[in-house]
Amino acid sequence: MGHLHFLTWPEIILHVIAFRLWPVWLSLAIVMGLSYRYKKRLGLYGQLYDTGIGVVGIFILGFWFFCAVFSHYVSPFNPLGQIAVMRNALPGAIEPQSGHAYLFGGDRLARDVFSRMIDGSRIVLLIAPLATLVALTVGVTLGLPAGYFGRKTDSVLSFLANLVLAFPVILLFYLLVSPEIVQTGLPRITAGVFFAFPVILGALAFWTRYSGRPVLLAIQLAIVLIITYWLYSTFVFYTDPLHLIEVTPSTLNIFVAVVFASSPGVFRIVRGLVMDIKTRDYVAAAQTRGENPWYIMIWEVLPNARGPLIVDACLRIGYTTILLGTLGFFGLGMPPESPDWGTSIKDGSELLRIYIHPALPPAIALMSFVLGLNLLADALREQSLKD
Amino acid sequence: MISFILRRLGVMVLTMLCLTVVVFYLVNLEPNLKKLALSETNSRATPEQVESWLVRYGYREPFFERYGQWIGVWPKHSAHDENGKPIQRYTYCNSSLKPQISGILEGDFGCSTKFRTTVAKKLFPALGATAILMFWVMVCMVPSALIIGILAGMREGSRTDRTLSVISIASTATPEYVSGVIFTVIFAAWLGWFNGSAASATFQGITFYNFTLPVITLAIYGMGYIARMTRASMVEVMTAQYIRTARLKGLSFSGVVIKHALRNALIAPFTVIMLQFPWLLTGVVVVEIMFRYQGFGYILVSAAGNNDIDLLLGCSLVSVFIVLITQLISDIGYAFLNPRIRVQ
Repeated sequence: MGHLHFLTWPEIILHVIAFRLWPVWLSLAIVMGLSYRYKKRLGLYGQLYDTGIGVVGIFILGFWFFCAVFSHYVSPFNPLGQIAVMRNALPGAIEPQSGHAYLFGGDRLARDVFSRMIDGSRIVLLIAPLATLVALTVGVTLGLPAGYFGRKTDSVLSFLANLVLAFPVILLFYLLVSPEIVQTGLPRITAGVFFAFPVILGALAFWTRYSGRPVLLAIQLAIVLIITYWLYSTFVFYTDPLHLIEVTPSTLNIFVAVVFASSPGVFRIVRGLVMDIKTRDYVAAAQTRGENPWYIMIWEVLPNARGPLIVDACLRIGYTTILLGTLGFFGLGMPPESPDWGTSIKDGSELLRIYIHPALPPAIALMSFVLGLNLLADALREQSLKD
Repeated sequence: MISFILRRLGVMVLTMLCLTVVVFYLVNLEPNLKKLALSETNSRATPEQVESWLVRYGYREPFFERYGQWIGVWPKHSAHDENGKPIQRYTYCNSSLKPQISGILEGDFGCSTKFRTTVAKKLFPALGATAILMFWVMVCMVPSALIIGILAGMREGSRTDRTLSVISIASTATPEYVSGVIFTVIFAAWLGWFNGSAASATFQGITFYNFTLPVITLAIYGMGYIARMTRASMVEVMTAQYIRTARLKGLSFSGVVIKHALRNALIAPFTVIMLQFPWLLTGVVVVEIMFRYQGFGYILVSAAGNNDIDLLLGCSLVSVFIVLITQLISDIGYAFLNPRIRVQ
């Protein structure tokens, strides 16, 4: 590697911070500045700016969010592109053809570690929140009746949730994420079942509340139907009419496995919250009015459980990120050249005794992202306890 | 109390049955069986040969019959060669030629096609190795987590509390595969204090040099969670009336904490510690792969990676059993420790 030119460490830092990441800093400054200025009017989100932990959390999450958004501008190289001369290049090595530097060096397949780290954020920031959202709706839709009705409903649903919880996650992944499973078509069926839950919840919510106003109800149900159509055509039949996200069978497999692993946890939390809230007076009042039980669950109980649920959702996105990393680390589901953080950590850790630079950036990226979410959850918990 | 334990045991057995059926189904999916047939005959076998092998080796018997054979309530038959003459199913396991009931309940875990030996011979030494790892992890994790939690929860909102809370949040944000990389870089590559691989621990015995990194890597992720639970429980206890009474009657702060608060504050963390085992199981797999330690996780990964059906079933059974038994112990222990819920 004698013929490669290198940047010095201060130059690397300058390049990373000033030349590559400037769109991220600019957008962060605008968003956080405006939020700080108008924090009084921004409700719970605004209150986060009063705590140090909250600001740090928002900063880290915002950083990764904008990295994902601007990844094409921030990353200088194609994350999958291999430039043979840069194999295992040390940080700051300048690629002779383009004159750009491999800021964090090259990995064993001669790809740019920095570009892969930035591009990996896209995968994580797309799958983790979406999977958490679906897990949340599954958990809520099943947890509400379990907590509200109790008895048989509760016993059956809790037993099912405990079945899933009794699987160690890693075993679940080895059983559920494999090319063989994809061949059997099981992930598509499961995805079909999971996506029914948001639809059921949405339809029930509007139905119970607005059945007296048919026009409004029709519009709302139409919107639910359109979203259903998009969800199913994108995720279950792989024919996205809008071409927003490209879903491959293996991505769907990962998605389904992660939702499957985390929805019983949501179920347990929702069930516990509902059992607590249903003893309140306003629930008794609604029952006396003769309201539909689903109306009470969705419009009376659920809004009052939102505090703990938001905190849990935050933590759960972090947990989902860790699960995605675990999948990548074991080479399950993700394509072998995928730039996601787990796969990069696996690739880097194999050579850790000789080269440390390919494994560190994705490891620190993943850790910081989850840390941001945990800090945010902590700040949210503190703020919601104050009210 | 007895009826409570019996009821819990009943639910546990039912859960075991359901889970093993699911695992048995998932492990014996059609593509897996085909792959097994191909690797056991030769990789250029025609579909007809594959099918005939599957029939002759009993993989085409009805699902629940095969499940019954695996559990050990239904007689297992031997395999047949092309002429219908009985042959041993797997010669390296010395399986019987006569039909006999031999399954999990009889202590027969089946035959590992990857390691060419019985599952029991491979699985139990590996479990032993993992138990050693788990033991040291618990020795490191539990006391440090409890101390951090108690120190943080003792004076809520103090500077110590905030610092320790951020530390425990950071530790819960660091999964094993991240902390493993970071620790290896710092302690093995940079400082050279410890060995970045525990491969030597499997055969030459564990030493401080080769075993420290796997242990602290595993301990750090679970530590934060237990510490936060302990803190929450401690904070709750410290605001209780009897603590204030004890303080007002003139007892020293440390005396109150040690004599009065600790005993009640440690009930909740006990449950959490027991429930950490299933979490640790995933961590064990990560750490054993990362540091090349041949324990349970290593066996699980090689079973799954090599389509070794019986070994994977054995691993699943063990891990599900560990999860359920720790849940049971945590429930019983909680009822035992906390007099308030002992009534039912």
